[in-house]
Amino acid sequence: MNWEIVIGLETHAQLSTKSKIFSGAATAFGAPPNTQASAVDVALPGVLPVLNVGAVEKAIRFGIAVDATINRRSIFARKNYFYPDLPKGYQISQFEIPVVSGGRVVFRVGDEEKTVRLTRAHLEEDAGKSLHEDFHGMSGIDLNRAGTPLLEIVSEPDMRSAEEAVAYAKTLHALVRWIEICDGNMQEGSFRCDANVSVRPEGSAQLGTRREIKNLNSFRFLQQAIEYEANWQIEQLEEGNSIEQATVLFDPDNGQTRLMRTKEEAHDYRYFPDPDLLPLAIDEAWLERTRAHMPELPAARQSRFQSELALSEQDAASLVSDRDTADYFDAVLEAVDPDDSKAAAKLIANWINGELAAALNRAELDLTDSPVQATALAGLITRIMDKTLSSKLAREVFDGLWNGEGSADEIIEKRGLKQISDSGAIEKLVDEVIAANQQQVADYRGGKQKAFNSLVGQVMKASKGKANPAQVNEILKGKLDSG
Amino acid sequence: MSLTLDDVKRVAMLARIEVTDSESEQILEQFDGIFKLIEQMQSVDTTGIEPMSHAQDVVARLRSDAVTATDEHELFQSVAPEVEADLYLVPKVIE
Repeated sequence: MNWEIVIGLETHAQLSTKSKIFSGAATAFGAPPNTQASAVDVALPGVLPVLNVGAVEKAIRFGIAVDATINRRSIFARKNYFYPDLPKGYQISQFEIPVVSGGRVVFRVGDEEKTVRLTRAHLEEDAGKSLHEDFHGMSGIDLNRAGTPLLEIVSEPDMRSAEEAVAYAKTLHALVRWIEICDGNMQEGSFRCDANVSVRPEGSAQLGTRREIKNLNSFRFLQQAIEYEANWQIEQLEEGNSIEQATVLFDPDNGQTRLMRTKEEAHDYRYFPDPDLLPLAIDEAWLERTRAHMPELPAARQSRFQSELALSEQDAASLVSDRDTADYFDAVLEAVDPDDSKAAAKLIANWINGELAAALNRAELDLTDSPVQATALAGLITRIMDKTLSSKLAREVFDGLWNGEGSADEIIEKRGLKQISDSGAIEKLVDEVIAANQQQVADYRGGKQKAFNSLVGQVMKASKGKANPAQVNEILKGKLDSG
Repeated sequence: MSLTLDDVKRVAMLARIEVTDSESEQILEQFDGIFKLIEQMQSVDTTGIEPMSHAQDVVARLRSDAVTATDEHELFQSVAPEVEADLYLVPKVIE
């Protein structure tokens, strides 16, 4: 039997506010334990939560970016459970009416365009952190993270493979960074996913029983966990067993998922509206103000790159894969300020996606830490466009830029890399080569094309690689054919 | 809707409240009273009335996104049963 895998993701994006969602404590990562936990965060008696406008603003930005409904009125609820890193005994979340309903995320998997519908996105607070080691049989509790604002983004079960799930998660990750609502730092837990996975016979309209894999904090783990889990479920069903609804954990050490709790043991959260918090109202004016401050979104930017700058779909898609790259591209283009923006765009895209990406990759650096800044690359592009540099010489200049040897012009000057485009100088070189290689000249005139290439090579060599190859070809051919 | 003693025990367990069997029977009686009241309220025709999530018809006032709290962990931890390395210590719980 052929099986179909069905996946839905719940993603927690930590909103990059300065202060917590319901208190004035700082949210900075890595502070000494409990130094950023206020009376509200540690849940001292008598305190009241007050909602942070910045967290709401970021939720609205997300709603606009995914073309969702932003509810004019939403409700905060208490999700009740007991755990030491949750001092109130409940997490403030949203239940009946979330701030964002619906929406969709569109991305490509290979050649195919894929749309994943979103169910909702709601605001909630994060819990603290439990440390289970080294406290003579006790657990240590750090409440710095308690009250950090999260946006939980819930998708419909629209994905059909681990690849699709990863592509969706990557698109979402790029989007939340693009609209500057989340720093996307997965090591620090700023962006993490739970995956609901089920399998069903191909063609079946009914969903299978799902198991939820908790807390996946890398794309690689997301892929491995879903693949393992789906295979495990298929094996169970093929052996005649049934799947029991459950929550599981992924162990990166052995690549397997293991049972955390079954449906019987599932939490009964007893949600109810939090009497401490009044309904959240978002009026039209606030929406419009936020809409006016939205950056151009990746899809719009890609279509601009394609229609205005005639970039290929592949080039454009690669440039908008994250905001830093797209901004870098625009900055280079603006600094070059070319007469022919289409030719320049293609050239810049090639350099960013080619030489620069490769160098960053080798050095394991992000674009924002690139030793070659946009203006520096623009200097190089300008000299390629005015034919001062051949592509070979340009690569040498790029190495100079990378190593901090100065601007493109300074490197060209210092290393003497200027391309020779003076036809008089090239003619002189060609004449010398013809004079010194009579045999090959005769071979060429006798019909041996190979001899021509050899002569071109000799002229290039005589110029130390600096002669403009197109001109060498032209002048040499002219002289040989007329002689 | 009528509740059973098992329902009472389950609710008590979820709320981490220890109840004896005789207390459970007392609570069951009180719960039944509360549910009767709810049933009575539910018999009111509320067609066309928008549900409220709060007793007052007002909306939340928000605070600006600014850090206003200072580090008071020493004060807070002075009443904690056990503290080490600035962490609150609790009996080990691993899920």
